[in-house]
Amino acid sequence: MSNRRRRGLGGGAAALVLASSLAACGSDDGGPPTLNWYINPDSGGQAEIAARCSEASGGAYQISTSVLPNAAAGQREQLIRRLAAEDSSIDIMSLDPPFVAEFAQAGFLADVPDDLADRVTEGVVQGAIDGATWNDEVVAVPFWANTQILWYRTSVAEAAGLDMTQPVTWDQVIEAAQSQDVLIGAQGARAESLTVWLNGLVESAGGSIIEESADAPEDIVLGLDSEAGRRATEIMRAVADSGQVSAAFSTDDELAGANGVVSDRGGFTVNYPFVWTLAQGLVEDGGLDQAVLDDIGAAVWPRVDADTPAAPPLGGIDLGIGAFSENVDLAFEAAECIRSEENQAYYFTTNGNPASLASVFDDPEVLEVFPQAPVIRESLELAAPRPQSPYYSEITGVVQREFHPPASVDPNSTPQSATALMEAVLAGDQLL
Amino acid sequence: MTQTTLPPVEKTQPKSAPHGTISDRSRAERKLGWMLAGPAFLVMLAVTAYPIAQAAYDSLFRYRLTDPDNRSFNGLSNYWVILSDNLWWTALGVTMLITVITVLVELVLGFALAMVMAKMLSSIRPVVRAAILIPYAVITVVSAFAWQFAFDIDTGFVNSWFAWIPGVSADTDWFGGQGTSLLVICLAEIWKTTPFISLLLLAGLAQVPEVLQEAAKVDGASWWQRLWKVTLPNMKAAIMVALLFRTLDAFRVFDSIFIMTNGANNTESVSFLAYRQTISRLEIGLGSAVSVLLFLCVVLLAGLFIKGFKVDLASARGEG
Repeated sequence: MSNRRRRGLGGGAAALVLASSLAACGSDDGGPPTLNWYINPDSGGQAEIAARCSEASGGAYQISTSVLPNAAAGQREQLIRRLAAEDSSIDIMSLDPPFVAEFAQAGFLADVPDDLADRVTEGVVQGAIDGATWNDEVVAVPFWANTQILWYRTSVAEAAGLDMTQPVTWDQVIEAAQSQDVLIGAQGARAESLTVWLNGLVESAGGSIIEESADAPEDIVLGLDSEAGRRATEIMRAVADSGQVSAAFSTDDELAGANGVVSDRGGFTVNYPFVWTLAQGLVEDGGLDQAVLDDIGAAVWPRVDADTPAAPPLGGIDLGIGAFSENVDLAFEAAECIRSEENQAYYFTTNGNPASLASVFDDPEVLEVFPQAPVIRESLELAAPRPQSPYYSEITGVVQREFHPPASVDPNSTPQSATALMEAVLAGDQLL
Repeated sequence: MTQTTLPPVEKTQPKSAPHGTISDRSRAERKLGWMLAGPAFLVMLAVTAYPIAQAAYDSLFRYRLTDPDNRSFNGLSNYWVILSDNLWWTALGVTMLITVITVLVELVLGFALAMVMAKMLSSIRPVVRAAILIPYAVITVVSAFAWQFAFDIDTGFVNSWFAWIPGVSADTDWFGGQGTSLLVICLAEIWKTTPFISLLLLAGLAQVPEVLQEAAKVDGASWWQRLWKVTLPNMKAAIMVALLFRTLDAFRVFDSIFIMTNGANNTESVSFLAYRQTISRLEIGLGSAVSVLLFLCVVLLAGLFIKGFKVDLASARGEG
């Protein structure tokens, strides 16, 4: 190799290093510090809120957003691997509540100051506070709170003689769908949504997938092998075997259920509030008749037993502040702005993501866009979170393995086999 | 008619070099060779040997990424956990099934495509070659999505186009069972990588001496006889190399499964198992052990091909 060539190569390498270090120091140009907010994909609401808060800060900080993968599991994987490498570029992250415990236990979340914790939990629905709490400490800032409700076609319910002003049970929903030959939508795909469904059923039956959480895997008390677990499995199987689910039920996710309820055979679906914004969008684009939209009703999640209130699934997003961030104080300041009442109302009405602040549900503008807001609020108050554990990914992994496809679950054996597998996986004795 | 190949070229030592010693010139050449290949060799060590060694080391520990303080040495017990688990053997079986089916189908299809490319009129040859190679240029994840959408019960066209085939109807849920899921996964893999195998076979076809073909023709051999007695025996090295590369590649199948079924209905491959333990569960120790076992399987396959079938990588490049 000649000297000239060698110099050329060295120069190229130097330019590369320089370019990458320049990119890393984007905020060192004298402007306000940039806070990186890792967001789950949405309809642009979080980016807009970031812009609003940047402006409201009066130059104290600038928030830039980075979009995480679509699936909740993918979001967790990307964040957690970066945090394990102590990535200081993660200032704020949109976290799915079931992963909060794992992040907090691993020391990946900056401690929430006591006064801030008081402020961001005041007036917030209980489910959302529970989701942001680990070991009795608030470890993340509740942003928005999601819950599943029962979306139905009013005409179908009427024809089946189902009184939707009163709580309904799963058995009634199945019977009504069979009598009218319409679809029941639920999440049968092997994904996080299957755990959401099962957990809702178990909690509604009065049980819990994890009876007692613990830091050490061997101290966790599991609750699937119980009467509630059996009853939940029974209902899952009954829905799958009802003959009223789509032909691809074992791969149906939330979107498939939403599309199902507005289709010609639409009947019922347990699903998130986005069904409403999706249907409205379809009407605007000309893909759906206004009559169908007018026919859509909403009620609280079906009960497992007629006399016990349902415990609908709880979701949403909490804001975690990266433990390795160089701007922890500013990030908390930004998080407080992001979850402000005004921004939550904006996010609810434009993106269909319900607020965690109870007061937002009384906002007339919210009520106009979301006539179902009172149902959503009622559901949020009844809702039960998924198991909170640093080992949540193992728990949900086992549920997805053992309870999929829903048409093959057996109330007499699946809860036991799932419990045995959970114990073995938590003890490190088995693969997942 | 017997198989016809050209007699092997006898290798001779350079006249200037007495037996057993190295001349100055060849020593200098060897040194230059090392200098030229050295940097690449070092890079290879850094990007392949180091991670492999690290994985082998990590596999001896109980180590969770979110709990590094409790990392503890547990010898070979991770391997015991894996090898005594049915899931590993199911995944290994699925991986081998996908490998055998896809490689065999690709070999036949790839050979046919190579023949088409070789015999094509020279005016349209570049167009045909480009057309055949397009699937190989598609990113595997994109191809997996395309196949998934095609077979999806809601968005797909397959059910309505192929409803005339017995067993296919508007309600056929391709991703609802193991057999149909694996069929779609295999189809996607075959579509995607047949061009690779056909390209390697095309190179082999070009090596078949025209004189032998001519001689066989003069002897009155039919097209079929020429294919089996002249063409194929002369391409053995190219075929084996193509098979070797594709088998090793197919054994690591991941993308299509991840996108299409996410491992549902017992469609997990060995790579998928490694992903689930390492990336999802963050069990670095257990996941590394799965990766090491996967690596050993691949080494075993490569060894089997090279020793068992006497694949000579040099001869396939025309260096023999």
